[in-house]
Amino acid sequence: MTITEYFNLLFTDYTLRTITLGTAVLGAICGMLGSFAVLRKQSLLGDAISHAALPGIAVAFLITGAKDTNTLLLGALVSGLIGTFWIRGMTKKTHLKSDTALGLVLSLFFGFGMLLLTYIQKQPNANQAGLDKYLFGQAATLVESDVILMLIVTGLALIVMLLFWKEFKILLFDADYTKTLGFNTKFIDITITFFIVLAIVLGLQTVGVVLMSAMLLAPAAAARQWTNKLSVMVFLAAIFGAFSGVFGTAISASQNNLSTGPVIVLVASVFVLFSFIFSPGRGLLFRQLRFRRNRRDLQLKKTLQFMFGIVETHENISHPHAIKILNNFQGFAKSSLKEMVEKGWISLNGQEWALTQKGFEEAQTMFDKKDDNE
Amino acid sequence: MSDKIAIQVDDLTVAYNYKPVLWDIDLVVPEAVLMAIVGPNGAGKSTLIKSILGIIDPIAGSVSIYGKPYKKQRQLVAYVPQKGSVDWDFPTTALDVVMMGTYGSLGWIKRPGKKEKKASLEALEKVGMLSFKSRQISQLSGGQQQRVFLARALVQNASIYFMDEPFQGVDATTEIAIINILKELRKAGKTVVVVHHDLQTVPEYFDWVTFLNVKKIATGPVKDIFNDDNLTKTYGINYKVAVNK
Repeated sequence: MTITEYFNLLFTDYTLRTITLGTAVLGAICGMLGSFAVLRKQSLLGDAISHAALPGIAVAFLITGAKDTNTLLLGALVSGLIGTFWIRGMTKKTHLKSDTALGLVLSLFFGFGMLLLTYIQKQPNANQAGLDKYLFGQAATLVESDVILMLIVTGLALIVMLLFWKEFKILLFDADYTKTLGFNTKFIDITITFFIVLAIVLGLQTVGVVLMSAMLLAPAAAARQWTNKLSVMVFLAAIFGAFSGVFGTAISASQNNLSTGPVIVLVASVFVLFSFIFSPGRGLLFRQLRFRRNRRDLQLKKTLQFMFGIVETHENISHPHAIKILNNFQGFAKSSLKEMVEKGWISLNGQEWALTQKGFEEAQTMFDKKDDNE
Repeated sequence: MSDKIAIQVDDLTVAYNYKPVLWDIDLVVPEAVLMAIVGPNGAGKSTLIKSILGIIDPIAGSVSIYGKPYKKQRQLVAYVPQKGSVDWDFPTTALDVVMMGTYGSLGWIKRPGKKEKKASLEALEKVGMLSFKSRQISQLSGGQQQRVFLARALVQNASIYFMDEPFQGVDATTEIAIINILKELRKAGKTVVVVHHDLQTVPEYFDWVTFLNVKKIATGPVKDIFNDDNLTKTYGINYKVAVNK
């Protein structure tokens, strides 16, 4: 199947449509909530939470013996939340830094989860196979009820975010100050974190424990490059996330059923890479271009100032001088002289240059000018 | 200064683990003074402000604002944190940061409207930053960021202002602009408490001072208590002798 065939099938094939819708919605909610995680400098929290969810899946299976997604994800949610509160507790009550707490919880929970998984696999029970799909996710197992659950949670997260937008924003920027205004910062904090955990748990089936944090971070990191406005950033992150989901699914379905989760994450990473290089404000490319242009500009101005210094003492400012006398000055080059002619600062006549009235005034007032932005 | 008591702190003690950071602080600040809190590094100056504002939980003690517990009087109090305490790369503009000062009176969920925007623009104008209102905050200089923080507190229209090192890393122009605004606030009957590091400027800027080094050394009018004796008690060296050696 080619990508074109895939997009044609999208409108007729029920399974494909379900899976695509699921990955799109998942990408959107992860991008949206991931923005908050990134701005709180809690990028690694997502990684810790997703790994912490693994033992919950195993325990839920051991207790109920059931393999339906909702039961297992409920287990994941519980153990994800326990992991989160451990991290919070550790950083609050001990001297450990948050990266240490995150690392500890991540490896402890993941190790325990893996242990349980191997134990389950040794059980004489035909029902046991397939739990390991939560490690790397398997989008093909998405069914309509899963997608409906995702839509409900996304809708809920959206409503809460719009209601508490102002509170979320101020907490992200300045938590101490928020407290002095009388807001219950703990409540806001827990609400944000709860929805982040919820989004992660929803993604486990599709993207899996190991790669889930990339779903959270990549769209947000890409979106940050394009805007200086929080609302636009959250919106863009949701869009980038959704597109990563759709394209990831398309590529994986059209290329011999490549594993969907990793492909989605790779597509999201392409968004990040592209944004880092090509975004107009913060992108590497335009920054480099601006840097070069500014340096060139300064070089011209320096040459102009040097000429101004020579001309200043003459009565006739346009008295011609030999180009040779510029030679001992670094900023001088044929091309820069040409550019100065184009700007109308000087005129060239054979081996001689002369400052124009415009160039003279430009040099005179160069340092009086204020920053354009002010 | 009036006869009214603006801030009263009783038996305030704060400790991180076993080490006391503030020990049994009693403090009375009258209304309409401009007070500096001075003391060496680690004396607990910022901690004192933060525990008065409930950002840090003290292990003992109480704070009252105009005779009532602080928690009931929050709307009378504004806070200017240290400039370095936030991430200035946050995606927002100068005006947006100042608008945050209106969030407290708005309460939960309600969004700022025209009235709040107008007040915020006025506050920006007061600190000389109106032309920067749409500027992304990371593109502001240190002094401009400090002014934005001050504007955010001004828009709260409080009676008492707490400021944590507002002169840190700002140039002379900004320092003068800020101190003039603070003096104006005092004239309008507001009380201003400032964590301050530059002992040279204390007599010029402030009329009230508190010496702090874990314990409260002294508090009162600058002209009465800003002397060698208290400086030596607070800093452990004879300040004037050490400077002029």
